[in-house]
Amino acid sequence: MSSKVPADLKYAKSHEWVRVAGDVATVGITDHAQHELTDIVFVELPEVGRKLKAGDSCAVVESVKTASDIYAPVSGEVTAVNKPVVDDPALVNSDPYGKGWFLQVKLAQRDELNKLLSAADYMSQIGQ
Amino acid sequence: MLKRTPLYEAHVRLGGRMVEFGGWEMPVQYSSIVDEHNAVRRAAGVFDISHMGEVRVRGAGAADFLNFLLTNDIRKLAVGQGQYSIMCNEQGGTIDDLYVYRLGQQEFLLIINASRIDADFAWLRQKTSGRDVKLENVSDAMGAIAVQGPRAVEFIDGCFGGPTKPSALKKNQIATLTFDGKTVHVARTGYTGEDGFEVVAPAEIIEKVWTRVLAAGHRHCAQPAGLGARDTLRTEVCYPLYGHELDENTSPIEAGLGFFVALDKGDFVGRKALADQKANGPKKKCIAFKMPDKSAPPRPHYAIWSTGPKSTRIGEVVSGTQSPSLGIGIGLGYVPPEYVAPGNTIEIEIRGKRSPAQIVKKPIYQKQNV
Repeated sequence: MSSKVPADLKYAKSHEWVRVAGDVATVGITDHAQHELTDIVFVELPEVGRKLKAGDSCAVVESVKTASDIYAPVSGEVTAVNKPVVDDPALVNSDPYGKGWFLQVKLAQRDELNKLLSAADYMSQIGQ
Repeated sequence: MLKRTPLYEAHVRLGGRMVEFGGWEMPVQYSSIVDEHNAVRRAAGVFDISHMGEVRVRGAGAADFLNFLLTNDIRKLAVGQGQYSIMCNEQGGTIDDLYVYRLGQQEFLLIINASRIDADFAWLRQKTSGRDVKLENVSDAMGAIAVQGPRAVEFIDGCFGGPTKPSALKKNQIATLTFDGKTVHVARTGYTGEDGFEVVAPAEIIEKVWTRVLAAGHRHCAQPAGLGARDTLRTEVCYPLYGHELDENTSPIEAGLGFFVALDKGDFVGRKALADQKANGPKKKCIAFKMPDKSAPPRPHYAIWSTGPKSTRIGEVVSGTQSPSLGIGIGLGYVPPEYVAPGNTIEIEIRGKRSPAQIVKKPIYQKQNV
């Protein structure tokens, strides 16, 4: 079964996606990642205001079987987190690029976006 | 190099996600753990348990030998019956937990944990000297599947021939039946807290058995189920898993399995240590606990803390997961005896933060009488 990899997003090797609008980046996990994890039962998000460096562990997602760290794909201050996904973690499974988003950061170093993978690169990473 | 069961190809064809378990490459799930878990609670699931070990024990001294090596009383077993039992070392530590079936007056079949096959067989063999006992490790020659769930009884009979029907078996009974002319054993046992059957068959026919059982079960909403669901199912009903609740430094008394330790049956390996623990109380005890709604699920090795102003670290989680049946985090862990009363609050340390949990009576999940 092939996973959705929207062409307009950037991707991290560790299976996070980034959507940029102005100087705000929205972050979530990819369809491939949610499918690998299956049955997501718990999501832990950072505090608003926390300053993240690219590569920092910034959230935790737990399936029935395991807990996995989510890493910040870009640096910046957390400006918003998706509270509904804490109440209903299954949103990550059902709508990973929409209602299942994790957090938003105000981009601190815009050139970091260039280091992320394109949709085509990410597809080849996951063997599609 | 990981071992593969005779059903490896079948798992891959079914889309099973293969992971390492006890030195074996096994399917953790096919569709999803929750989906497969619910299928077993509501209808039926079929598990590959070919990784588990089988040892035949025969001879005039077989019953006495096993009664000396195992904690439960084997004299209670009539031919065609099985019992859960523990094999302990002299200190009362657990070498393995297992099922023993009496196939004949002088013939027994042990079903042992995959990760313990070598340790168990070495231990058993070393104890045979001077006894009229023949041991045979048939783990590689045999495959096995478990057919578990309330609807398993609806379709199991049609899969086998022989003098009796699997559905006529009572809990813990075993029958020698046929499958395409080959001898197979079918027992009414399992590891899920549901009604069900376990089938032990020669490795060369186990894929045919698996395929026929799944085909027969299809109309009854049966589906293949992986080790992920097997773990959530057994944790909900608090069945121990070797390496988690049990190891060579943990006794069945500490694990809460005293029911399977027949101290009154005469001498057996570990008896003195176990009798002492029963009389004076063990140093640690296995508890079951529930997390509140919206908490992260507990995981093995998380620290357990007491509550209150003098809170200290009192133990460790050994099994923990989100319970698909209850929708909350559940777990098993070891703490000193003074903390074990159901209703007590403890704290589980999850990523540096402590969350309250409540000690509950075992099993954590019990089927509703509808």
